[in-house]
Formats: sequence, structure tokens, C-alpha cells
Amino acid sequence: MSRVKTESGAGASLRTGPSSWMVAPALAFFLIFAIVPLILAAVLSFTKWDGINPPAWTGLGNWTRTLSDPVTFQSLGLSFKVIIVSWLVQTPLSLLVGVFTAGRQRYRAVLAALYFLPLILSSAAIGIAFKALLDPNFGLSKAFGIPALAQDWLGNPQLVFYVVIFVIAWQFVPFHSLLYQAGTRQIPTSFYEAAELDGASRMQQFFHITLPQLRYTIVTSSTLMVVGSLTYFDVVYILTQGGPGYSTRLLPLDMYLTGFASSDMGDASVLAMLLVVIGLLLALGLTKLTGFSRMTSQQEGS
Amino acid sequence: MATVLRERTRRPVAADPKRRPRNGRRRVRPNYLAGIGGFVWLGVIIIPIYYIVITSIGRQSDFYTGNPLLPSSNPTLDSYRAVLDNDFLLYLGNSVVVTVASVVVTVGVSLMAAYAIVRSRARMVRLTFSLFLLGLAIPLQATIIPLYYMIGQAHLYDTLLALILPSIAFAIPITVLILVNFIRDIPAELFESMRVDGASHWRLFISLVVPLSRPAITTVTLYNALNVWNGFLFPLVLTQSADKRVLPLSLWTFQGQFSINVPAILAAVVLSTLPIFVLYVLGRRQLVAGLTAGFGK
Repeated sequence: MSRVKTESGAGASLRTGPSSWMVAPALAFFLIFAIVPLILAAVLSFTKWDGINPPAWTGLGNWTRTLSDPVTFQSLGLSFKVIIVSWLVQTPLSLLVGVFTAGRQRYRAVLAALYFLPLILSSAAIGIAFKALLDPNFGLSKAFGIPALAQDWLGNPQLVFYVVIFVIAWQFVPFHSLLYQAGTRQIPTSFYEAAELDGASRMQQFFHITLPQLRYTIVTSSTLMVVGSLTYFDVVYILTQGGPGYSTRLLPLDMYLTGFASSDMGDASVLAMLLVVIGLLLALGLTKLTGFSRMTSQQEGS
Repeated sequence: MATVLRERTRRPVAADPKRRPRNGRRRVRPNYLAGIGGFVWLGVIIIPIYYIVITSIGRQSDFYTGNPLLPSSNPTLDSYRAVLDNDFLLYLGNSVVVTVASVVVTVGVSLMAAYAIVRSRARMVRLTFSLFLLGLAIPLQATIIPLYYMIGQAHLYDTLLALILPSIAFAIPITVLILVNFIRDIPAELFESMRVDGASHWRLFISLVVPLSRPAITTVTLYNALNVWNGFLFPLVLTQSADKRVLPLSLWTFQGQFSINVPAILAAVVLSTLPIFVLYVLGRRQLVAGLTAGFGK
């Protein structure tokens, strides 16, 4: 394999890095199956394609049609609503669970191992299990015999959004609480000891030590959560297929259904581009806020 | 560094009773509120899982009459037998092939890339790393239509390779990030002394980077295995025939086939989770470390 010269200045013979070709295989995979599709999605958004016959150029038609379709805005709005509401639900829960499991008590370690279980279930498994559990006739409602539980959880357009939020939280809070657990364990115990000496209550310690010390974890977790919200697909697809009506048709689901169920890949590609643009805007925030960009610059000193 | 600091501040305090804070009672007082909250959350997590397991060993006839949260009076493994008779082992095999192939390639190429990113001074390599970091935020869903097109053009539609190739691509960014964070902590002197002795970079890679990165390799292997194993969208869109089905997708079709036999569907859910559950029991520490390593710093 040929070697690319990477010397810079004197003493380079010792300090030359490894061949740049070592990044080539990873880069190739990533370019071909992640970056090229992104570009191709942009191209396909200007074509009419049913998924079978060759795509035909149509210009801006898909864009004007899709961007004036109320369903698009319904999905877009719903996706933003999911981002906000699931952040509001998941962040405090993950924070509390994370701080709780960071404690050194043995029973908390056992609980933490159990809390983690949803992460090993596939989205398909979670969707199917909750579909059975939420069945108005044979599910949870029958188990407890509480009339208030006897709802058509997935069939009621007012309720279903919050049911989806709940199932998503059930799936993802374990991951985020892990982040908070790791973050909390990094806080020096001397902080708490000093606070104890000053007579700070547990509540005060939480708000004046734990919370401020976790600010970077909060930023990291939140950005991951926000970007991740754009990819909620599998669970929603299995639970509701976007229904009833359009009440849970999030943007990725709208794209999938438009493309693969209605054989309209052109319009679906426009929706895909919307996803990319929103995703990259959020990603920009991610790299800025979480210090990923700082991490790359740290390389200078290595 | 952070762990060193923590150990240093924690241990003497615990060992030396004189340094205990004066109102030491507060320290040992159990936090009842947190404890109660912890068990409530346990209920939220466990009830659905318990429901899956308990229903899967119940009888279908009891399912419509009994309380869904009470164990069946005469449990049965019939549902499991039904699932196993329905090509479950074929789907399991497909899942294993797709997962192993994706993870082996992902970890291999990512290790090479991570080593180059840490040790190389080339601009191109730096740019690659930035590109991977950005790639962390590409919504996988946004690429599914062009991927469908490309896979079709390459005549790979409805093959396991159609699942493996994009799975590798989307696993690379996070894998590289975790490995870079780890390899960066290998002291530069080790590399330099081997260089003085005349070792090539490939030699360094094989006999220094790979052995020293073993914990991180375990971590990314488990993490990626989990993701690929549970993947749903690629199989849904890129395969069609039953003999190319992987486990999550088989659940979906199974649900369609047996829409009235809930115990059987949930038995399939349990069976599809079992392999990864075994991995979890064996490698929980590594898996947990892996999930936090990429984002923790």
C-alpha cells in the first residue's frame, strides 16, 4: 500500500504519522453508504419515481407540492412537538434516575441493572409488547380493574400522542440515565462533604452541587435526545402506523409512508431533505455545545 | 484523571472517622424519597417486561379470560414451540450473519481509522474525523430512499449484504469516536520508542494499538452488535423474501400472521431478545461503559 507523505518540518522521520490510507476503508464505507445517499436524496427530490420504474426529472414540482401540503406541516409540527415534549419528560426523569443510581448502595446497583433492560429490547419488540399491553380489552386495563385505565390508548387521537411519548421515554430514559449516572460519579465527593459541613440539606446539595456539575452532561444528553427525536420511527410505525388519522405521523414516518406505502419517492425525498436540514442544524448545535469540536482541536497537543 | 481525583478524595474520608462531618447522622440517613421513587421507576420498567414473559408462557385461551398480570395456572411452552416451528432459527441465523459481518468490518476499519486519526498529522485525516463527527447526526431515515435506489441498482436488493453494507457505514462514526478517545490515552512514548526501533506503522498498529485497545474494542463490539441486531428499518426496506428476514422484522411479520395469538407473538419477542440478553448478562459492565464512553467526556 502506498504511503502518503505527512511530514511537517524537522525531525519528521520520527514523528510522521501513519499512512493516511488507513482511514480509507472507513471513509469509503461512510462516503458510499451515508454521504452519497444524502446527495442522491437531494437529486431524487427533483424527480418523479415510484420505486420501480426509472426516476424521471420533474424539477421543482415535488418541492412546491410537498411544501404546500398541510400533511407535511402537520408532520413537521408533530416532530417538533415530540422533540419538545419528550425532552421535557425524559430529561428530568433521566436526571433523577441517573443521580439515584450513582449512589453507592448495593440495592441501587441491582436496580440500575434492571433499569437498563429496555435498551436491549429492539424497537420492534417494544412496539409489539406495548401494543398488546395497551389493548383496551385484554391489556393493562383489565389487570388493575381501574376504569380510568380502560382507554383505547392507541385509538384515541387526543391520547395517542402522549402514549407514544411515554413508550419512547420508556425506551430511551435508560440510556440517558446512564449518561447522568456516569456524570454524577465524576463529581468529587469533597464537594458534598464541604456542603455537609455547611449544613446544606440534601435538596440544596442537589440544586447547588449536582445540577451545576452536571451541566455538560445535560447539554450532551439533551442534544443527543433532540437529534434522536428526529429518528423516532420503528416504535411509532409499529404502535400506530401514524394513526389514528394523522395524529402520530411524525416526519420520518410521513417520509416512509409517502415513499414506500404511496410509491411517491420524489415527494418522500423532499421530506428526507427536510429531515437532513433540520438534523444538520441541530447537529451544528451538538458539535458547538458538547465540545466535540474542542476534542478535535485537542489533537494538536498529542 | 477524573477517577484518580475521585479516589483520592473519597478514600481518606471514609477511612478516617475524625474527618467525618459533624452532623454525620445526615450522611447515613436513608433517602426514603429517592428510594420510593427508585422502586416506582422499577415498576414502570419491569411491568411491561414481566407482562411479556408471563403472557408468553400462558395459554391463548386463558389470555382472553384471565388477569394479564397473573401467572397462568397451567403455564405452557406451546407458544415457544410454535415460534420455533416457524423458521425462527433461520431468522436467528440471518441476524447472526448480518450482525457478525457488520460488527467485524465496522470494528476493523474503525480501528485503523482511529489509529490514523490519533497519530497522523495529515489534514485529510483531520477532515475525515470532522466528517465522522458530523455523521453522528445524520438521521438514518433520511437516507433510506436513496439507499433503496442504490441497493437496487447494485442488484443487492433482498440480500443480506444489502443490510450489512449500510449498517457498517452508520456504525462507523460512533465507533471511531469511542476508539479515538481510547487510543489517544496510549502514551506517545510507546509509539516513538517502537518507531526508533524501526517498526512500521502497520507493525505498531498490529502489536501496539490492537492489544492495548482491547477494552474499547469489546465495548464497541457489544454496542454495535446491539444496534445492528435490533435494526428494523434497513431490513424492512431492503429485503423482501422470508428467507432473508432478520429477527426484528420477523416479529413484525409474525404479528401480522398471528394477530390473534398474543402469547405466540410475545414468545417471539422473548426469543428474539434472548441472545442479546445473554450478551448483556455476560458483558454488562463493558456494555454500560461503551454506551457512556463516546459521550462522557
